[in-house]
Amino acid sequence: MFQVRIHGRGGQGVVTAAELLSVAAFREGRHAQAFPSFGSERMGAPVVAFCRIDDRPIRLREPILAPDALIIQDPTLLHQVDLFAGLLADGFVLINTTRSFEELGLSEFLARFRREHLYTVPATELALKHVGRPLPNAALLGGFAAVSGRVSLESVNAAIREKFPTTVAQANAAAASAAHAYVTQKMREVVSAKAG
Amino acid sequence: MTYQPIRFYQTGTFTVGNRLLPDEQRSVQANMRRTNSLNSGHRACQGCGEALGARYAIDAAMEATHRQLIAANATGCLEVFSTPYPETSWQIPWIHSLFGNAAAVATGIAAAMSVKGRRDVRVVAQGGDGGTTDIGFACLSGMFERNDDVLYICYDNGGYMNTGVQRSSATPPGARTNTTMPVGASSGNRFDQGKYLPAIAMAHDIPYVATATVAELHDLEAKVRRAMEFRGARYIHILVPCPLGWGHDSAATIRIARLAKETGLFPVFEAERGAVTQVSKIKLKLPVEEYLRPQQRFAHLFRDPPRRDVIEHIQQLADRNIHRYGLLDAVERQA
Amino acid sequence: MLKQVEGSAAVAEAVALCRPEVICAYPISPQTHIVEALGRMVTAGKLRPCEFINVESEFAAMSVAIGASAAGARAYTATASQGLLFMAEAVYNAAGLGLPIVMTVANRAIGAPINIWNDHSDALSQRDCGWIQLFAEDNQEALDLHIQAFRLAEELSLPVMVCMDGYILTHAYERVDLPTQQQVDTYLPPYEPRQVLDPANPVSIGAMVGPEAFMEVRYLAHVKQRQALQLMPSWADEFKRIFGRESGGLTHTYHLEDADTVVVALGSVLGTIKDTVDEMREQGVKIGVLGITCFRPWPTAAVRAALAAAKRVLVLEKSLAVGMGGIVSNNVAASYAGSPDLVHAVIAGLGGRAITRGSLHRVFAQAVAGSLEPVTFLDLDHALVERVLAREREQRRSGPIAENILRDIGVVAAKIG
Repeated sequence: MFQVRIHGRGGQGVVTAAELLSVAAFREGRHAQAFPSFGSERMGAPVVAFCRIDDRPIRLREPILAPDALIIQDPTLLHQVDLFAGLLADGFVLINTTRSFEELGLSEFLARFRREHLYTVPATELALKHVGRPLPNAALLGGFAAVSGRVSLESVNAAIREKFPTTVAQANAAAASAAHAYVTQKMREVVSAKAG
Repeated sequence: MTYQPIRFYQTGTFTVGNRLLPDEQRSVQANMRRTNSLNSGHRACQGCGEALGARYAIDAAMEATHRQLIAANATGCLEVFSTPYPETSWQIPWIHSLFGNAAAVATGIAAAMSVKGRRDVRVVAQGGDGGTTDIGFACLSGMFERNDDVLYICYDNGGYMNTGVQRSSATPPGARTNTTMPVGASSGNRFDQGKYLPAIAMAHDIPYVATATVAELHDLEAKVRRAMEFRGARYIHILVPCPLGWGHDSAATIRIARLAKETGLFPVFEAERGAVTQVSKIKLKLPVEEYLRPQQRFAHLFRDPPRRDVIEHIQQLADRNIHRYGLLDAVERQA
Repeated sequence: MLKQVEGSAAVAEAVALCRPEVICAYPISPQTHIVEALGRMVTAGKLRPCEFINVESEFAAMSVAIGASAAGARAYTATASQGLLFMAEAVYNAAGLGLPIVMTVANRAIGAPINIWNDHSDALSQRDCGWIQLFAEDNQEALDLHIQAFRLAEELSLPVMVCMDGYILTHAYERVDLPTQQQVDTYLPPYEPRQVLDPANPVSIGAMVGPEAFMEVRYLAHVKQRQALQLMPSWADEFKRIFGRESGGLTHTYHLEDADTVVVALGSVLGTIKDTVDEMREQGVKIGVLGITCFRPWPTAAVRAALAAAKRVLVLEKSLAVGMGGIVSNNVAASYAGSPDLVHAVIAGLGGRAITRGSLHRVFAQAVAGSLEPVTFLDLDHALVERVLAREREQRRSGPIAENILRDIGVVAAKIG
């Protein structure tokens, strides 16, 4: 089972991100479970959503306490909420930011994880460019597909097209693809830095 | 079978029908073919205004709807005395659910008829003043707001009578009930804001609102008939004296109802979409004392010394109604 | 057809396939997505003929359903928590009048203190009202139970409550197999009421029954629900034949064959319990699971048979009988042939507190070791409650407990899960 935890704030499409991820996994013939951890509707409040992916039916209902991957949609949550709680040693991290891990004050903390599993991506900027709105969730999913390899970009984009009307879907898929390309490039850089 | 018309020879009242009128102008009650929707054998008190009002209203509704009528009834006197299990007085399809939900149950019945394409079947909800103005208020307002195709009839006897005469928001000020006893300095029910349902119904801008009393049969029947010409939410508020709760002679029910109108305490009118369209004028204005004296529930106002202040305050309410609803012609008002 | 959808959406689709004629609902978290979806279907003309009525309260919702059902229309509504209580009078009324209304209860805690998250206190507060109560383990079962519910309700002339855990199931996306209209039509014929409001054949419904007949009426209501126990398994079998999967019925068992310890539970927590039990079985622990699908009528014989060989029973329930202990555990103890001391109530997940495998491992191990108290509150912050109780011993306060707790700690930290 692969467990993804997504952090953000109300109004940023965190819950939708988890749902889209589950639909992408479903389209690849896998079982997936996505659910939120919030209650009443409120913009701006910290929000967590979960997505489990497995080849067998998923019976477990507890929140994801030991995630295999973290997607952080809003870096202002860093140092405010314990976003990294339970992250597994091999865990993947994808943070929506234009800054580096050093600039975010995370380099020491992240040193205990695997460098080639940790990336940042300017998802909000990509969203503004392709969608015209600061909704980073689609872009982050594209980036996640690249980082984790657990879903394909095609499946993510298909899930996006299922959920949104055509023009919005196209724009979001473009953002996802751009983020996918961005992260893929970063992954190559990390690998060659290690090699070189 | 051929029908033998029966002539009623009745003096002193206009209740049943005037044999001198042509057939089409006679009341539904005067017709041998009336449905008797609330059949005899029920357990109402002698002289019960509600039993009379319900029979008048539902028979008229049955005629107006070609006998395609379903009724939802709130808990209360009418429901209790009409269905002493295993018997029932009702000749129509009838359901009693709860005290506060007659309007909502009626909404459900109307929805069912609509879904099944039975536009010909009409729905009536009925309840006493308690079930309408107090506990049933929310459901009533909801039905009005949605303009559901329901005629709601409120039989107003000014109190919770079935439970032993307690005060409702429709109980007139100064009245004695078992929860507004005139002991010590108290003069019975307080002069609070009142909750005048006909005006509240009008404020919802529903297609038709009317008030009536059991003293004027033709008027009541005409209003039920008129109501059935509309689709959507409609409301009729009928004053029904209660000999037990009001403490008057059981033979005086109709006369007391007429006094309520003639003093101005109970305005009789029609309204459509929030505007009054017709007013039944007072024939001969009477001081409120004429209405209050025959009822034991106001007896404490006439002890020694009499509560002139309370009676005067009640008179002011009557005069306000007369002014507000134009219950007197200009000539009478000046007099 | 397989789909990845939100639980609420799956339920709405299933309800729509049952051809409801009158839908009336008042919004309350976490049921809102169900009625919104149905409202959209009606407005878009996908679900017709159907009247969708936005009512002014839950009391009105059940009342409208009563009127519609009594007049011969297939009626549906949904609610949770406070809403279920607000309509309680009408809930009893519907059962007493024998109206086959189907209602989804998106299980949620009851205040005070106000809490919008999942537990079973709402449905269980109405356990004696005469409704059939079914609990779904996952979203597939949730949608299947609604289809079965309409059939059950109309065959028995009794209203049916389908319970699904609020947020945990209603707001979870998972894979479900949605049936076809043809399959549903085969299983669920049109509604033919036993008694109906019809001008062509007038009846009076809802008379006052006095002492001379009331006992008999209530006895027959009890017998009718008990009779349902005989009929429900066969309708579940029929469901399996038409839809191709097991769903519903009275209970689900898991690893019971040689289980010394049996865990009993309702609803979605069964999934987490099964994962935990699998792990314990790998360690050689003889532990099994009894899931109760039909809570009312209480499946006495099925429970007794399932627990026949158990040496101890742990009832994990999201409910509390204040001042007494467990609710489900009480029902279970009545069906357990062994000593009631061997039935342990574990109160868990109240107000949406997460139930984790870790905690379950600990408490199941305690059960196996025989060190469980008769009533345990899972994952209780003992230090916190002890502080509050100690303060109250010194200075008695009245008023709301939640607010009193704050006097000590000042703020409640946000936690994940």
